[in-house]
Amino acid sequence: MPPALPGARPDFIQDIAMTNGNSEHVTYRVKHFDPDRDQAPRWQEYRIASSAGMTVLEGLWQLKETQAPGLAWRASCRMGVCGSCGMWINGKARLACNTQIAELESSFVTVAPLPNFDIVRDLVPDLTPMFDAHTVVLPFLIRSDRAEQESPTVEYHQSREELERYLQFSYCIKCGCCMAACPTFATDALYSGPMPLTQAQRYNSDSRDDGFGQRKTVLAGTAGPWRCHYAGECSRVCPKGVDPAKAIQLMKRELVLDFLRLRRHSRPTDLVEKPEGIKRRPDIPEAPARTV
Amino acid sequence: MLDVRGHPNRLGLWGWLGGGRWGTDRYLYTLHRLTGLGLLGYFVLHIIVTSSRAFGQQAWEQAMARVSGPLFLIGEYLVFIAFAFHAINGIRLVLIELGIGVGKPIEPVYPYRTSLDVQRPLAVGAVLLAAVLAVVGGLDFFVWH
Ligand code: SF4
Ligand code: SF4
Ligand code: FES
Repeated sequence: MPPALPGARPDFIQDIAMTNGNSEHVTYRVKHFDPDRDQAPRWQEYRIASSAGMTVLEGLWQLKETQAPGLAWRASCRMGVCGSCGMWINGKARLACNTQIAELESSFVTVAPLPNFDIVRDLVPDLTPMFDAHTVVLPFLIRSDRAEQESPTVEYHQSREELERYLQFSYCIKCGCCMAACPTFATDALYSGPMPLTQAQRYNSDSRDDGFGQRKTVLAGTAGPWRCHYAGECSRVCPKGVDPAKAIQLMKRELVLDFLRLRRHSRPTDLVEKPEGIKRRPDIPEAPARTV
Repeated sequence: MLDVRGHPNRLGLWGWLGGGRWGTDRYLYTLHRLTGLGLLGYFVLHIIVTSSRAFGQQAWEQAMARVSGPLFLIGEYLVFIAFAFHAINGIRLVLIELGIGVGKPIEPVYPYRTSLDVQRPLAVGAVLLAAVLAVVGGLDFFVWH
């Protein structure tokens, strides 16, 4: 066993670090691509020390510090919140910060950029097509009371049941893992893909929204949900449990009902009545001035 | 805006067939597409063979003689299996696309339970039913006939 590095965890923790009898080292197989030098991506192998609870992202940091200073990837929060570190890890789209090396149950960690997107450099995919498709489905509340939306005076009413109709879909962190896993998106560049469609359904099923008619023009077209044939891979890989496959099927039902003129069109919810005669408690500070 | 000269990385057909650790539903998806293409191929062949009738009885009998024999019988049986799977799985997909059997939106709490788990009985039922049809069809093709 190599001597413990300064500041390393105690031996007994290192002993339980690796499952399945693996050594304390793992081999990283990393896809590299330098647009100024390489004609095509190439693989490179590195051996690194691994410890209990270490994530694939921490392994990449170690690699960068010790062996591959030029290696590029995206990451920020390190806690599965920002959606930056989606990568193709051991044959599956996952968040590098949310995947422990031990859970891969292998002494090889294969890391590549998310497929179905062009490679900008090394592990960095160009997610522009996903965000373009996201923009097209109008992922925001659409209502006629523009002035109220720009300068809110009170809140919109929404019951717990109404919230639950879209809450699951609002957990999306736009990591793109679902897009990399979708077999339809793999062969059809015109398909919007699971993330944008889920976000369209998120707003379509929000009781405060009145934009179904506008979004329908995109959704009923060739980029819409009819390209999806329920391979379900998007839901299997989604690190936030958003279940895009479910959102897309529910959206298809809405479109069918709308086509048959059976869709219930309910008015978007009203504003909550402004409470009267209420004073702010003196120990609660004023809201800060608006910045936008 | 940043001008990105990216390297293409779309999986293409490899995205249907391999290259990853896929789930059961992905294989049903691929099988559905392949059986669909198989049925389409059979349909074209069928039109070509039956259209020979327009050229007289002799042409028709020649064409029929060309597509008889054990190899074609096995081929027809494979088409029947493809039909059984494609039809029954198709009904499952129609139900799912109408939002039947996928469940309602829920608050995602780890470990996540997705619509794939909710519709699993439908998928298992569809595959079992297709298998039963394939067996009965096999008996009809090779034993009772
Ligand atoms: S639906 Fe899930 S996998 Fe897809 S972008 Fe959102 S969080 Fe990522
Ligand atoms: S369910 Fe639809 S969107 Fe999700 S992976 Fe399958 S084909 Fe793609
Ligand atoms: S670094 Fe933010 S999700 Fe992984």
